[in-house]
Amino acid sequence: MEPSDHLFRREWGRMVAALTRIFGVHNLALAEDVVQEAFCRAIEVWRFRGIPENPAAWLMATAKHCALDVLRRERTARTFAPELGRWLQSEGTLAPVVEELFGPNALKDDLLRMMFSCCHPRLPEEVQVALVLHILCGFSVDEIASAFVSSHAAIEKRITRAKKVLAGSKRLFDITAPADFSGRLSAVQQALYLLFNEGYHGSSAEAAVRSELCHEAMRLVALLLEHPLGATPTTYALAALMCLHAARLPARVDASGSLNALVDQDRSLWDQELVDEGLKLLELSATGSELTAYHVEAAIASMHATAPRTEGTDWGKIVALYDTLLTIRPSPIVALNRAIAIAQYEGPERGLAELHAIDDRERLSAYPFYAAALGELELRRGRHATARQHFRTAHALARNPMERRFLAQRVSACD
Amino acid sequence: MSAFTYLFRGRQIPTSPEQRQKHLEKWVVWFQELGAQGHVKDPGHPLESTGKVVNGNQKIVKDGPYAEAKDIVGGYIVVEANDLAHAVELAKGCPILEVGGSVEVRPVQKLEM
Repeated sequence: MEPSDHLFRREWGRMVAALTRIFGVHNLALAEDVVQEAFCRAIEVWRFRGIPENPAAWLMATAKHCALDVLRRERTARTFAPELGRWLQSEGTLAPVVEELFGPNALKDDLLRMMFSCCHPRLPEEVQVALVLHILCGFSVDEIASAFVSSHAAIEKRITRAKKVLAGSKRLFDITAPADFSGRLSAVQQALYLLFNEGYHGSSAEAAVRSELCHEAMRLVALLLEHPLGATPTTYALAALMCLHAARLPARVDASGSLNALVDQDRSLWDQELVDEGLKLLELSATGSELTAYHVEAAIASMHATAPRTEGTDWGKIVALYDTLLTIRPSPIVALNRAIAIAQYEGPERGLAELHAIDDRERLSAYPFYAAALGELELRRGRHATARQHFRTAHALARNPMERRFLAQRVSACD
Repeated sequence: MSAFTYLFRGRQIPTSPEQRQKHLEKWVVWFQELGAQGHVKDPGHPLESTGKVVNGNQKIVKDGPYAEAKDIVGGYIVVEANDLAHAVELAKGCPILEVGGSVEVRPVQKLEM
């Protein structure tokens, strides 16, 4: 039989999380070593015998055996998870305890526990995201570096430091204490949001890498929704915005690997199942009194998702939603998107006026899509030479070949 | 047709889970094709990388093969091929070669009594 896509990556996260729970967070490196060993064994046997019926169960059972070996061999020399200490000391309780810790419910909690542990307040947000990708999603340093268009050395340093902080914390995050859970939840949501955005808007040129990051974020947010304390209106809103954006992924990059602007996308390529799922989640998010940026972003995405054509979009409503978003989470990027919506609603002159009036627009000076928006609106009101100038500026700022190609096309559209 | 033993050496498997899975998938395809063409006489065994070595008249027992990782035999199979050249040709498809490993092709001696 064939292993499913990314089986090893998925199982990596589950096994590291389970073993870290048993060994204790200070033994994170040991847990990773044992998981590597389980993979080596799997490959050594499977290459001659074929993939077993249930490869995930085979891997997990191997990890369990390896864990028991380590616990028996090293229980006098090492301390393991403090809360399990005495259970692991005696041979009579060791095997049943480990068996229970590898049960399906325990494993689900392990992933969540690890997710919360990775979002440690002492770690900067971008480090939390890298750590989640590395530990929970099984991305290697090189794979993270390629996704973030960063160097191997830079990512390695980031991850090594982050692991040190994680391993230095006394124990894994306790997900059973409601107050602690809710306190850390917003950091976890933010990390998953950033992970998704890195995939959606990020700097990597490779379409495959980008959609993988989006899918990992969606997988983890689904896990959060399965936990009673994690399934808050805000988490639903976050999940909704991910679905509604991910629905547009197939139309965002065409077969030749070129970017398509939202207004030019072939809407028949949008994933209708994800749209429906997103709308359902958005409905579930509409309880409680809190209106978060995720809610508003999901609402904006839902306006696009349900508009049959660019012209049929309710731009007035979208502008109003951007106004709200600006008050909740003010940022020059939000202001930029608002200006583009205003241009759709009231014409390019009004849009340009808004673009020039963005308070901290100098923060967008390295962002290619500010200049590109200026070019787009100048082009729309017939000032070709000015538009070309802006597109050239944008082209010079492009961060990857895909953006460069897209912006070169816009330059030549001004002829 | 004659029998040949393949000795697979090297344990340098890529470290990223995704790369490992791709590597494994290549093995599975290669091995399946070999079997489908009727070349697999004995699917052999994977071998642990640890063990003991018993040596000399004094029967000295040492731990492990402890050779370098690239020299450790990780497993063997027995194939059937027309001749040595054919067996070597078949071995060239083995994915272990892509990760710095090697396949030693050894004709199995024919016992003619």
